[in-house]
Amino acid sequence: MTDVAEPQGTVPEDANDHCVGPEHELAGRASGCEGCPNQEICSTQASGPDPDLPIVAERLRNVRHKILILSGKGGVGKSTFTGQLAFALAGDEEKEIGVVDIDICGPSLPRIMGCEREEIHRSAAGWSPIYVQDNLGLMSIGFMLPDEDSAVIWRGPKKNGLIKQFLKDVDWGTGTDNTLDYMLFDTPPGTSDEHLSVVQLLRGSGISGAVIVTTPQEVALQDVRKEIDFCRKANVPIIGVVENMCGFVCPTCHGESRIFYPTTGGASALCKDLDIPLLGSIPLDPSIGRACDYGSSFIDTHADSPAAKAYVQIIHKIKQILESNI
Amino acid sequence: MSHPEVGERLSSIKHVVLVLSGKGGVGKSSCTVQLALSLAQQGHKVGVLDIDLCGPSIPRMLGLEGQQIHQASAGWVPVFADSTKRLACMSIGFLLPSKDSSVVWRGPKKNAMIKQFLADVYWGDLDYLLIDTPPGTSDEHLAAIEYLQEWNPDGAIVVTTPQAVALSDVKKEINFCEKVGLPVLGLIENMSGFVCPHCADCINVFSTGGGEGLANHMDIPFLGRAPIDPNLVLLLEQEDKTLVPDANNPDAEKERTDSIVETYQRCELSKIFAKITTHLEKALDTKE
Repeated sequence: MTDVAEPQGTVPEDANDHCVGPEHELAGRASGCEGCPNQEICSTQASGPDPDLPIVAERLRNVRHKILILSGKGGVGKSTFTGQLAFALAGDEEKEIGVVDIDICGPSLPRIMGCEREEIHRSAAGWSPIYVQDNLGLMSIGFMLPDEDSAVIWRGPKKNGLIKQFLKDVDWGTGTDNTLDYMLFDTPPGTSDEHLSVVQLLRGSGISGAVIVTTPQEVALQDVRKEIDFCRKANVPIIGVVENMCGFVCPTCHGESRIFYPTTGGASALCKDLDIPLLGSIPLDPSIGRACDYGSSFIDTHADSPAAKAYVQIIHKIKQILESNI
Repeated sequence: MSHPEVGERLSSIKHVVLVLSGKGGVGKSSCTVQLALSLAQQGHKVGVLDIDLCGPSIPRMLGLEGQQIHQASAGWVPVFADSTKRLACMSIGFLLPSKDSSVVWRGPKKNAMIKQFLADVYWGDLDYLLIDTPPGTSDEHLAAIEYLQEWNPDGAIVVTTPQAVALSDVKKEINFCEKVGLPVLGLIENMSGFVCPHCADCINVFSTGGGEGLANHMDIPFLGRAPIDPNLVLLLEQEDKTLVPDANNPDAEKERTDSIVETYQRCELSKIFAKITTHLEKALDTKE
């Protein structure tokens, strides 16, 4: 029987009695772990507290809001949404925004934010992010590849190492009094190493919440439910769900069609079921894809389009939720 | 390191083809399913192995949600999508306690699962084993290559959508194939255009032509362009796969067929995938 000492790390709400704590060296393998819903997550983590956590916490001390943009499903528009959210938040020149692209295999943000061929510089203070605008910085492995076609064929531990470096070594200019108002994390699809690592590494400094992006059809919602399950297991607060690619308006005849049918009620049914806010729905607009390909801010270039208006409303809601949660 | 148990399973399988993309959401799984349905319709025996452990879509697409795997003395028995047993499937989706359960595994555990899928599933005689993969170039892909490599898999089909943001990731995937010595059998440009049901104008929702341009640039066979087809989306979504979907008349009474293989033949895309599978068979014959 494991010694019932003070649990190491934050004990999840649904943990078994006598939880040793997720940072205990026997996490997931102690006798009390059997049957605990968190057993798998705990047993796949490295044992013992990570000595880098306090360093990350210190680096991110002056970051007011940290937001993960997640989806179980690929290709629903996480990076597109992250990019547009970043541009919109940076529209207020008084605010400072940082974006961390932790999609190591498929880093899309450099292209989406129009800064593809830039290179990272290092100084004594750390790595400098690439500044898309004066108040909007981006860090991505995309800036570190020898050429843009190079595949990053890394197993989990190496990916985790880079994510840790992004959090420890990037100088966001948050010295003594300088604040970063928002730090956005764009993630790859799934629920794996990258997601586990970023959640663990931000444990000491706190995550404001996750925005989950989906498309309306069941094949996407299935994966999104898993992502929500992950957030609940990992104690990540959920800000809400964004339903993307919802309906299509033909630019020629303005007829409305559906491409990704909400065969099981779409995001609104899912949100009702799981008691999560639906932040809004964004229609499919071919100009969004083009804006991403050319690295421009769709909300600015197509401000009158229904999709841009939907984006603006959703982003406004997110800001409201974040400000009210402080 | 050798894996003879994998070799034994593959010895009764004529062709092993992986379906890859760097990018998520381009339609790897839906293309894998369409390739499988096309090949099955042509009389081949096809297996679909779903190694997307975090987001296993194949069971729903084939109408096999909620099915369970049985263990026989010869190994794990795959789930059959039709009564004639032309189309078999294996996925982690069949092993989860509920379809909402997340699989939050780091690399080593994912590797072990993929090895089990390759070593323990009793496929029997197959003409084709199609392997659906998650997006990216990471643990799952490395695991699949590691266990398959010594048995010379035929190669990979790469799926992309036309726009630059997708092509960027797909170039990396092709680069990955080169690095690990996996032949690229061809590229499919998916979601290439949408025919508006109101005015019949073709709108390039995700641009067009990028996939073909990439294939030419990288000297890879271009297998074909597949437009967005809401009837396919409906077919892959609906639980009853014997009902013929009609996106333009959703309330009309639906025709019924005998199996998903037949229902798929009623989708326009089946004609395109018939050509794609012909190209694929030619590419495989040339290799032999």
